[in-house]
Amino acid sequence: MLLSDFLRQTLGLTGTHVGCEHGVCGACTILLDGEAARSCLMFAVQAHGHEVTTVEGLSPENAGELHPLQAAFRQSHALQCGFCTPGILMTLVALLRDHPDPSEREIRETLSGNLCRCTGYQNIVDAVKLACDATLPR
Amino acid sequence: MKPPTFEYYRPTTLEEALDLLAQHGDQAKPLAGGQSLIPAMNFRLARPAVLVDINHISELSHIRAEAGELSVGGLTRQRDVERSAIVRRLAPLLHEAMPFIAHLAIRNRGTVGGSLAHADPAAELPAVALALGARVRARSRTRDRWIRSEEFFAGLFSTSLNPDELLVEMAVPRLPERSGCAFEEVSRRHGDYALAGSAAVVTLDAQGRCAHARVVLLSVGDRPVVAEQVGRILNGEVPSAASIEAAVQAAASQDIDPPTDIHASSEYRRHLAAVLTRRALGRAFARASEILQ
Amino acid sequence: MTPRYLGKRILRNEDARLLTGRALFVDDVQLPGMLHVAFVRSNYAHGRLRSVDVSTARQRHGVLAVFTAADLGDYWRPGPLLVPPPPIPDLVFHQCTQVPLVRDKVRHVGEPIAMIVAESRYVAEDAMEDVLVDIEPLEAVVDLEAALDPAAPLIHEHLTSNVAAHVVQRKGEYERARAQADLVIRRRFLYDRGAAAAIENRAVVASWDARAEELTIWDTTQAPIPIRNGLAQMLHLLESQVTVIAPFVGGGFGPKIMMFYPEEVLVPWASKRLGVPLKWTEDRQENFLATTQERGQIHDAEIAFSREGRVLGVRDVFLHDSGAYDSYGLTIPINSQCTLLGPYDIADYESEFTAVFTNKTLVTPVRGAGRQHGVFVIERLLDIGARSLGIDRVEIRKRNLIGPDRFPHNHGIMFQDSAPLVYDSGNYLPAVEEAARIVDYDRFVREEQPQLRKAGRHVGIGVTCYVEGTGIGPYEGARVTVEPSGEVRVATGVGTQGQGHFTALAQVVAEVLGVDVEKVRVVTGDTRAFHWGTGTFASRGAVVAGTACHAAATAVREKILDLAARMLDVPKDRLVLSGGRVQVGDSGATGQAIELGALAVEANPLRGAVQPGSEPGLEATAYFGPDRGSTASGVHAMVVEVDPETSMVEIKRYIVVHDCGRLINPLIVEGQIQGGVAHGIGNAFYEQLVYDQQGQLLNASFMDYLLPTAADVPRVEMAHLETPSPFNPVGLKGVGEAGCIPTGALFAQAVEDALADYEIEICEIPLSPNKLHELIAKSDVRK
Repeated sequence: MLLSDFLRQTLGLTGTHVGCEHGVCGACTILLDGEAARSCLMFAVQAHGHEVTTVEGLSPENAGELHPLQAAFRQSHALQCGFCTPGILMTLVALLRDHPDPSEREIRETLSGNLCRCTGYQNIVDAVKLACDATLPR
Repeated sequence: MKPPTFEYYRPTTLEEALDLLAQHGDQAKPLAGGQSLIPAMNFRLARPAVLVDINHISELSHIRAEAGELSVGGLTRQRDVERSAIVRRLAPLLHEAMPFIAHLAIRNRGTVGGSLAHADPAAELPAVALALGARVRARSRTRDRWIRSEEFFAGLFSTSLNPDELLVEMAVPRLPERSGCAFEEVSRRHGDYALAGSAAVVTLDAQGRCAHARVVLLSVGDRPVVAEQVGRILNGEVPSAASIEAAVQAAASQDIDPPTDIHASSEYRRHLAAVLTRRALGRAFARASEILQ
Repeated sequence: MTPRYLGKRILRNEDARLLTGRALFVDDVQLPGMLHVAFVRSNYAHGRLRSVDVSTARQRHGVLAVFTAADLGDYWRPGPLLVPPPPIPDLVFHQCTQVPLVRDKVRHVGEPIAMIVAESRYVAEDAMEDVLVDIEPLEAVVDLEAALDPAAPLIHEHLTSNVAAHVVQRKGEYERARAQADLVIRRRFLYDRGAAAAIENRAVVASWDARAEELTIWDTTQAPIPIRNGLAQMLHLLESQVTVIAPFVGGGFGPKIMMFYPEEVLVPWASKRLGVPLKWTEDRQENFLATTQERGQIHDAEIAFSREGRVLGVRDVFLHDSGAYDSYGLTIPINSQCTLLGPYDIADYESEFTAVFTNKTLVTPVRGAGRQHGVFVIERLLDIGARSLGIDRVEIRKRNLIGPDRFPHNHGIMFQDSAPLVYDSGNYLPAVEEAARIVDYDRFVREEQPQLRKAGRHVGIGVTCYVEGTGIGPYEGARVTVEPSGEVRVATGVGTQGQGHFTALAQVVAEVLGVDVEKVRVVTGDTRAFHWGTGTFASRGAVVAGTACHAAATAVREKILDLAARMLDVPKDRLVLSGGRVQVGDSGATGQAIELGALAVEANPLRGAVQPGSEPGLEATAYFGPDRGSTASGVHAMVVEVDPETSMVEIKRYIVVHDCGRLINPLIVEGQIQGGVAHGIGNAFYEQLVYDQQGQLLNASFMDYLLPTAADVPRVEMAHLETPSPFNPVGLKGVGEAGCIPTGALFAQAVEDALADYEIEICEIPLSPNKLHELIAKSDVRK
């Protein structure tokens, strides 16, 4: 069983979406031990003993608050249908951890591993910048 | 698009893994990063009966500077190579080529050994390994051998590895003084397989003549191709626009017979091979002569 | 009164659910005992189905059932004709709609042959390999012109040719224009197929409750109400026994319309027959083969100019690829036909098309729905004409625009919605001027470009115009209810696939009722909540449903004011709705006021009778059916740089000046346009479905079918003009498709300009580096 199916069907964590099952669209991206990975290109059994973070883990349900990147996405209208969004968030969370202030080029290169059909990406780029600004000390 | 069923083993030592490969023969496939194997299984284009997951064999993952060469473990993640200061210092061509490989999430999982053993003619790592004259170490239960990259790539998605062998290490020789290298590639989108690409490594002698020039072209044949004409024409010459052009034209017309597919015709690939080789050689010589000065 | 919510950049109500992974998509639905479905599909594009042997598959452990056409009994029948052709004189249309499972003949790769029900999708896919399908291959009909050869094999053998339809529309008399012309240009233009490629594939979950005799279906459809009505009829159920829910849908772009896809028809049927909930989720490979596609036209077009660059007339004869069946009627080619006219005053126009059956996946509207083909033809003809006449490209467009005093503008031909092609309103010249100003056209052409060219760089600029018929009927409805909590519930029938309906429709209602947008909860795409209407397509959701919401909210407002006036004993005209309260005059927070929630309680009394002539509750339902659509328009401009050695293109700037009438929410409108532009760039340079001569799709994966990424799509600079539509009270026009319509034409113009020294002419979209290289290599100008 693919990790993506295990997360969605066995664990009921349906925030991780499946768009191509060949590793291109990026909708199923999760963090495996903190690094972005395609959950459709791993078997569930391979995750045994590893830490997996899904979009559900960004903002615990009862906390009622969005992760700064999620809040920036809303603020910048960086999502439309929202289907690709969880995978994009997970990819960018990892980017921002390693590069707290990425250039537009870095953002776009990282983002180029995730397909979005709705937004044209521009507002996603802006959301990343906004999230960086928000987390920088004022 | 769900994979067929398979038996799964997760050895934690190399010996265990080699035992399993020996036991299951060509029924078994090592599972490293899985970034090519698992999509192929999801499409049901690959259906290994047995998967030997080598991801927990820690001894296969390392980047080390050794006497005269760089050693990279077969299981080393591409992302680790990309970020490695040692790689940047000892094999700048490898460092330069890494970001062209797919996307970050793929490089986080994808391994050096996996890419080499997959032997995609449009992939970056095989071409770079060949350009740098790397060797790979293959281990089986009964054998431990080094294979020169010239002998390693045997055809389309095919290598000289036996089914019971595992690629455990790549060794990249250090470049001599006054060397320069460059990697050029054109792909449809950032991160796609190359329509064509060129990896150039050159070394100048103390007088500024080309002591050694080697160009490997990717996505122009059934495997990465050494452009033999480049060395033949440039070695011993003082590099100039004219001599580079002669080498480029000879390589594009004589060294390759590129395939046509939906993304690029043979003619376009040949044209790109020339353009990219010209650019790669230009940059490589510029870097080598910077060092010379 | 200045609007409080309309026209404001209000953040979306739906975002929190989507961002946290809590939003429900169809594939997220999990029901107890649910089984999974997979389809065995044809590997051949054309062939006679000799036999299907499912006996081994039925034996496989974990397989509950396998169905073939023979098992369907009288449920097997060709699907509905979704859009009947408009009443155009002498129109020929041969109706051949898709079938649920192949009975005798396969007509495209991916056509479903057998349906497998198993405990998991994994087992179902294993069982697919057990099914033995025997097909006698027939010669595939792939090429449009070859399809019309009298010797071509017939795809539908009861017809005498592969012609699906033939339509001629005329205004004026083209021959007259041609006779007067100083310059006549004729070219052939190609526009090949692309995929909608929503990131969410299709999915259907169906659950038959035998005790309640109710069928519930979750469907990734853009049009849940028509699907409910159709399925009820097919399954001999009352409409009220069937619920169709289109929850969050992960992108539509056209193919998720009310297609009555085989899977959509079969999964509910099988659930009812087996008495278990079933789920089918399309995978990406299936999406490339079995979800409808678009484009595929060949135009032979001719334009007649005066010396001054006035367009005297256009004649266009084109072939349109219908694919294997023509279930969606003629919407696309008629859009191409009508949209060609653009914002231009073209007196004499003759357009003839032949729709052709081919052994390829069905063609139905995809974002733009054929409009981009018409735009490509006229815009390219204008560019070629401008070059021949020595007139600037922007100038030739300005000389041909319809003036602002000529609206409504009747073209005298029939649009796809069976109404005459009438532009309701428009003001084109300011848009052209604004786009030229933003891109700094004059300076670029005069100074920057010559300088860069001198430095050996290949930079080009382009400017294209378009008009888009949007917001067509038939109608939508909405019910607006004030809840006792003071929140307002809005129910409407259109589905939502990311267009922000939860916010845009809320803004319309909030404006009328004076409540905060977050207090307006929109329920959409659920036939339990509202069951009259059609769906989200043709850039119509916000226009038609938005207007219905406006009407329903206005009626509720009257009820609020009537009741409040009675309770407060003040005349209605002294009451103000604001902040979720009704207050007297401008008395502010301290004055006499009633909360809307309290009024809602009052309107639903526990004692006493409802007065004759009144109704309980603060609720109203209203409908809106425009006589005809509203006409959006725009101008796109672009600066590119081409590397002629590699044939790679970099987009340096992209400008959109857009007029979609009154804006509900600029944030959402801009997002729609940015996404449309990205889609258009994909169509122009990256995306092409490549079929071989056997009708096999050669790039049925995201590895080989190239959606543009963040590294390929530029930032879009945008300006809005607002010419309100007179056809609806708010002045709305549609926007969903606008971004992608002129992009191909623009790309061609700008790239051609960048490569001016090679004197190439681009008559084909999608372009690719390879095709560009061929054009450059063939050019003998700069060798």
